[in-house]
Amino acid sequence: MMKVIDANKLSDLAAALAAKGYRVVAPVRDADAVRLKEWRPGQAIDTSAISINSAKEFFFPRTETIGRYALEGSEFKPEEVEPQAPRTVLLGVRPCDAAGLAVLDALFNWEYKDAFYNARRAATTVVALVCRTADEQCFCTSVGGAPDSVLGADAVLRSADGGARFILEPLSDKGKSLAADAGAALAEGKAAADPPAEVPVRFDSKAVTAWCGENFESPLWREVSLACLGCGACTHACITCHCFDIQDEGTRREAVRLRNWDTCGLALFTLHSAGHNPRPDQAARWRQRVMHKFRYFVERFGRLACTGCGRCGRLCPAALALSDVCREIEDASKAAAKK
Amino acid sequence: MTENIYQPMMMRIAEARDEAPEVRTLRLEFADPADRARFFEKYRVGMFGLYGVPGAGESTFCVASPPTRREYIECTFRRTGRVTAALADREVGQPVTFRGPYGNSFPVDEWRGKNVLFVAGGIALPPIRSVIWNVLDRRDEFGEVTILYGARTVADLVYKEELADWAARGDVKLVTTVDPGGETADWKGKIGFVPTVLEQAAPSSARAVALVCGPPIMIKFSLPVLVKLGFAPPDVYTTLENRMKCGLGHCGRCNVGSLFVCRDGPVFTLRQLQGMLTADL
Repeated sequence: MMKVIDANKLSDLAAALAAKGYRVVAPVRDADAVRLKEWRPGQAIDTSAISINSAKEFFFPRTETIGRYALEGSEFKPEEVEPQAPRTVLLGVRPCDAAGLAVLDALFNWEYKDAFYNARRAATTVVALVCRTADEQCFCTSVGGAPDSVLGADAVLRSADGGARFILEPLSDKGKSLAADAGAALAEGKAAADPPAEVPVRFDSKAVTAWCGENFESPLWREVSLACLGCGACTHACITCHCFDIQDEGTRREAVRLRNWDTCGLALFTLHSAGHNPRPDQAARWRQRVMHKFRYFVERFGRLACTGCGRCGRLCPAALALSDVCREIEDASKAAAKK
Repeated sequence: MTENIYQPMMMRIAEARDEAPEVRTLRLEFADPADRARFFEKYRVGMFGLYGVPGAGESTFCVASPPTRREYIECTFRRTGRVTAALADREVGQPVTFRGPYGNSFPVDEWRGKNVLFVAGGIALPPIRSVIWNVLDRRDEFGEVTILYGARTVADLVYKEELADWAARGDVKLVTTVDPGGETADWKGKIGFVPTVLEQAAPSSARAVALVCGPPIMIKFSLPVLVKLGFAPPDVYTTLENRMKCGLGHCGRCNVGSLFVCRDGPVFTLRQLQGMLTADL
């Protein structure tokens, strides 16, 4: 016997979990896109397409208070700041998002433990949805992932019986307690899982990692970055991009210290106060983005900082896709090997 | 909840002085003795911290005082933006925030019995001034101490009183220089760029280590001179700076290749630099 639910009843599952006190985050239709959002009663859950945003913001929000001070004249008094970490379920995120949490876990616990990230991570149950379809930007299989990967997931939803039902399979303790909390929203039954999507391998990530180690000064960086507008949409949409800025805001009575998403795509990211910029042009910034994901992170953490979700390519206003660049790099490395 | 790694310590400004136009030194005392104990347990020369004013933000500077002076820390910085202006405008007795110490340090203990050469330019004396003080506070443990320091103009030389002290002590060889055109009528030091003056001074590399800190262009032209003088790349140290926000290795902007200035540095040897992606500097 397995836990099953009719495909059109996912919002009943969301309602059951909400009744148990979970904040439910799920893919819902938002204007013309599917977006991961806090689910509201009555809302349909839309599993037809990968969400336009990644699950990152539910662990590492785009802006967050990390310090607060009461001000009085030139004096100030620090106030305790608690992480905002309500018990949450991510219901139906894609395997590439769930897999990306391993990257964030490693980074936010690298020697220093980030209490804000860890509090939300601990309070969140991740229910991954196996992909039945993929689009031309998906490339999880090129970076060690799969449309039915369960890495990072506490439970997995699999489409079954030709899309008529889902099977919910708990994987961790959090997943098991979620299944128990779901109560009657999940039925005991039998269903035959549908095959996952087929995602073609678009490039060899090992070749990219190797090439990056030897080609810091390659002309390819300039070529691939010429069309880049430097908007940073790619990094903001990315599940693994984690770079941030810290800025203060204040009035005469109170000041807050904020952590905000930042991006290596912007000139200001590395600009010294004396005017020197170690990454003076878009080529250097593109190189940093690719190198960080495919080389530096591998050197420091033993894993790629890319899970192939393809959002960077889907959102880029200049139609620059990371998978295309990796493909070009692989071609360049093959061409170099022939010489 | 586990500890908030962004919670700074409270400090009070005990002394403040202007070193050069727009360059100011703050002496900070720990408001909480427990913070002071925690700080000095970890602190070694070369480490840095983030100094802040709530509402303005935090800025990264090296700690410019040594662990041999345990009552306070000092920082020296140029007024360039919102945070440094807020820090510079604070007065004696007023509070600021501090996070740190972070990063690695100079292996001063390994230099016992050796000659130590310091080469610094402009506002880059403060990061190695902590080492100079540390070495001078333990003067008997080291051989000859040579300090070569240059700035654009006489007015831009920082720590003018200390320079006079170092010149007067008798156990330090001090060479000061200003860029051509930066001299005054009564200037007694050298006139010339640091790398040129270094080559002329030709300090011996025998049983010696060298520390270089300055603007990128000064470092770039001083390193080959040191190599020419016979200093081995593992014996030449520098301290790098990059824009940083967290100081902890998380915010992702101070890396040079896969190395993070905040946690793998800020102190690097010339041998390490030779293996690094210096085009990323």
